[in-house]
Amino acid sequence: MTEPLLSVRDLCVDYVTPQGPVRAVDRVSFDLQPGEILGLAGESGSGKSTLAQALLRILPPPAVIRGGEVRFEGRDLLSLEETELRRVRWSRISMVFQSAMDALNPVLKVGAQIVDTLQAHTDLGTDRARERAAELLEQVGIPRARLDAYAHQLSGGQRQRVGIALALALEPELVILDEPTTALDVIVEREILQEIRQLQRARRFAVLFITHDLTRMLQFSDRVAILYAGRLAEIGPASVLGSAPRHPYTQGLLRAFPSLHDAPGVVRTSIPGAPPSLASPPAGCRFAPRCAQAMPRCSTTGPALVDIGPGHRVDCRLLD
Amino acid sequence: MSGPLHAPRMGPIELLWDAVRSDRRALSGAIILAVFLAVAVFGPHIVGDATALVGIPLQPPSWEHWLGTNGQGQDVFAQLVVGTRVSLAIGFTVGLLVVLVGALVGVPAGYFGGKVDGALSGLANVFLVLPGLPLAIVIAAYLPSGPVTLGLVLVVTGWAWNARVLRSQALALRRRDFVAAARVSGESRLRILAVEVLPNMTSVIVAQVIGSTVYAIGAQVGLEFLGLGDVSAVTWGTNLYWAQNDSALLTGAWWTFAPTGLCVALVGFALTQLNAGFDEITNPRLRLERAWRTFLGDRGRGVERSTPVVRDHD
Amino acid sequence: MNYLLRRLFFYASAAWTAVTLNFFLPRLMPGDPATALFARFSGQMTPEALTAMREALGFTNEPLGRQYLTYLQHVLRGDLGISISKFPSPVVDVIGEGLRWTLFLAGTGVVLSFVIGSLLGVIAAWWRRGWVDQWLPSVFSFIGAFPYFWLAMFALWWFGFTLGWFPLGHAYADDTVPGWTLEFVADVLRHAALPLATVVLATLGGWLLTMRNAMITVLGSDHVNLARAKGLEPRSVMLRYAARNALLPSITGFGMALGYVLGGSLLTEVVFSYPGQGYLLVQAVRSQDYPLMQGIFLFITLAVLAANWLVDLATWWLDARTRESAS
Repeated sequence: MTEPLLSVRDLCVDYVTPQGPVRAVDRVSFDLQPGEILGLAGESGSGKSTLAQALLRILPPPAVIRGGEVRFEGRDLLSLEETELRRVRWSRISMVFQSAMDALNPVLKVGAQIVDTLQAHTDLGTDRARERAAELLEQVGIPRARLDAYAHQLSGGQRQRVGIALALALEPELVILDEPTTALDVIVEREILQEIRQLQRARRFAVLFITHDLTRMLQFSDRVAILYAGRLAEIGPASVLGSAPRHPYTQGLLRAFPSLHDAPGVVRTSIPGAPPSLASPPAGCRFAPRCAQAMPRCSTTGPALVDIGPGHRVDCRLLD
Repeated sequence: MSGPLHAPRMGPIELLWDAVRSDRRALSGAIILAVFLAVAVFGPHIVGDATALVGIPLQPPSWEHWLGTNGQGQDVFAQLVVGTRVSLAIGFTVGLLVVLVGALVGVPAGYFGGKVDGALSGLANVFLVLPGLPLAIVIAAYLPSGPVTLGLVLVVTGWAWNARVLRSQALALRRRDFVAAARVSGESRLRILAVEVLPNMTSVIVAQVIGSTVYAIGAQVGLEFLGLGDVSAVTWGTNLYWAQNDSALLTGAWWTFAPTGLCVALVGFALTQLNAGFDEITNPRLRLERAWRTFLGDRGRGVERSTPVVRDHD
Repeated sequence: MNYLLRRLFFYASAAWTAVTLNFFLPRLMPGDPATALFARFSGQMTPEALTAMREALGFTNEPLGRQYLTYLQHVLRGDLGISISKFPSPVVDVIGEGLRWTLFLAGTGVVLSFVIGSLLGVIAAWWRRGWVDQWLPSVFSFIGAFPYFWLAMFALWWFGFTLGWFPLGHAYADDTVPGWTLEFVADVLRHAALPLATVVLATLGGWLLTMRNAMITVLGSDHVNLARAKGLEPRSVMLRYAARNALLPSITGFGMALGYVLGGSLLTEVVFSYPGQGYLLVQAVRSQDYPLMQGIFLFITLAVLAANWLVDLATWWLDARTRESAS
């Protein structure tokens, strides 16, 4: 087996609030192979975006990374100096943000924002950089005339495409997609995901695909990880999790999400209850209060990580 | 009540007390203010008649006259103490009035919107853009001098800013869920305004009153300095007017103007500090960051660009 | 374009309000200013001159409406009446004399204060390391709490009188000849140093705090996060991404702050006997020269309105969104 591109071990992220620290990411571990597409799903507030931004260490205050290791291409990103980190950012790992409207600077032209990225990492002159920026835009289906447009002059789909062009500008090894299509309508969403997949097949970069839409994620990813209240509930190949998930939460999610292949008359059921407050999480397993299969010791000794197949791991006592 | 969308409803006094207790800046401001208030209330009784001619004019500070004498031969310290009462009284009163007028115009504008907003906002914007001091001077020049004129002029030139701030606050609240919920349940608009919107504006109103008082004291002193107040009254501003008129500066008599200015600055500064501390506890974003900075500071870490890594065992 | 026209209309309304106020204020006053003046000058002026002055002030025996229209006509023609204290100079002439000095003092003061204050605000927000952010705003808060003119008085006493480094008043020394000579320019600068320093120091704090607070808000926004994620150099992130966006609230507030800075510079002129509009205005008030007083008020107001419109022009140019939003 090849050396993983990204190796996260026991990552812990807190938000320091006046009421005390809130653990948003609790000892999360996973690997990502070169060229692999790993989907990361979870409800709102499950810690998906926190996890993604923690990898690049761009979480705004009051976030603090409390422990763990993020090994990328052999180096622990958590122990890098600021200047080293800047070199890794974007040229090796890049990100497409959720709402590109907010992510693009409203007072600068779109082209200028691609150019400054190029010039920050390479020694391309202004003209060559502009040319390259135009090529990047065309690759994502935006006419090069739009280089001189402002963000608010583009449609939602176009802005997201600009975000993708930006992310691919330096040909990174890993692209993090943080809910890239949540703000878009279904048709545009489909187009964009197809484009990303095409680009990924051509360039072979790894993808960390974050979303709350489980169905989309299962279609799109090679492997899938399920996050619940800051902990990794289950991780494994998409085909396996889509057909035979082992964690009660994953099972509940699958029952709640529609699928075009469902037989008519299949009833959708949602998971009762609500995610726990991260400020005062329940003792033991965080899913136990909502779990239909919970045992008494789930609430006392908490869950356990169990390997149940190649690349398939579950955080649950049921399989112990 | 509508549940988690409501912040805990605290009255203005409780909020201020909370600020003073938890923030060092607010505490220092409150202490300074308390001293001045004490002087304003008790000072004139202790000091006696400030207009009495007690010595040779323009004497530097001495044991007999702690701040020396002014151009007429009056005791500067006495003048300062007696002036405190009037200056602070006018300041606080005008501060309250200015916010009141501002609220009367701004809150309906933001809450009702539409044509009402157009008209009221237009009015406020016009007064906001007209330069305040020249307008004040011109109005005061036509009216008989005295505290009433002064108050009137200050309110006319100062209300517009408050109207604007309170309008945007009312506007933001109008769009909040709990207001929509109240409307859907059939509450009258006026009742919603009184029961749901205004109580949630408490912190803004308190901050505005404090800020307006700073403005009122400063502007009042300025107008009196120009001779537009009652020059025979003893206030901080008229003290400075006489200092300028008696050419104190050109004879080096710093004691005739320096202490007065210092007092104005201290009161203004104290009020601003009170406001800053108040803002820290009412502004959720600032509160959040404070806890974070304390956390880092306790572990000897400074503010870094990237997300800091502070391991559990640290 | 729509945006600019709307703003122009607004300023026209404000100007009209000022003119109307100017007309009605003397008529609301207890007692008639014309009578007061009459009493003052009765020993020194012929009845004909007095009637002429009365008419010049607009106090004719015509109905109020007619008087108002006549007044409006005069204002639009640029005729602001005759000054009483400097009889028979027209008001506009007197204003003209003081204009350049106020422009110089207030204009330079505002620009310097805005630039220095905003720059310091950006640095304070970006640097947020302990003491810079903790103490700088408090220090400037304290300095700004001093009344403008008091700072002027203090500066005059300390630097002018005690240390003797700068002259004690006026725009230039009595024995220098006005003209574009090095000697004169140097003299003007020497005389302007203290007033200018006062104006800048007193207003710096406001710009600093506005910029700092805006920067803090912007620094938490997504596009600054993206800029950081892109691995851009910190200085680039600070200036092109954060500061440019944070500048907008300062610019919007610039217009309003202009009125405030102007007020302060007027008071500073009084302290330093600097012959600008402020000094003239106060003299006019003291000598009950109502035409001059009203003329200066109107002139200052119109100048501030014009400056505001220029600021709107700048906003329109800087922020592409305002160009779109009107259409």
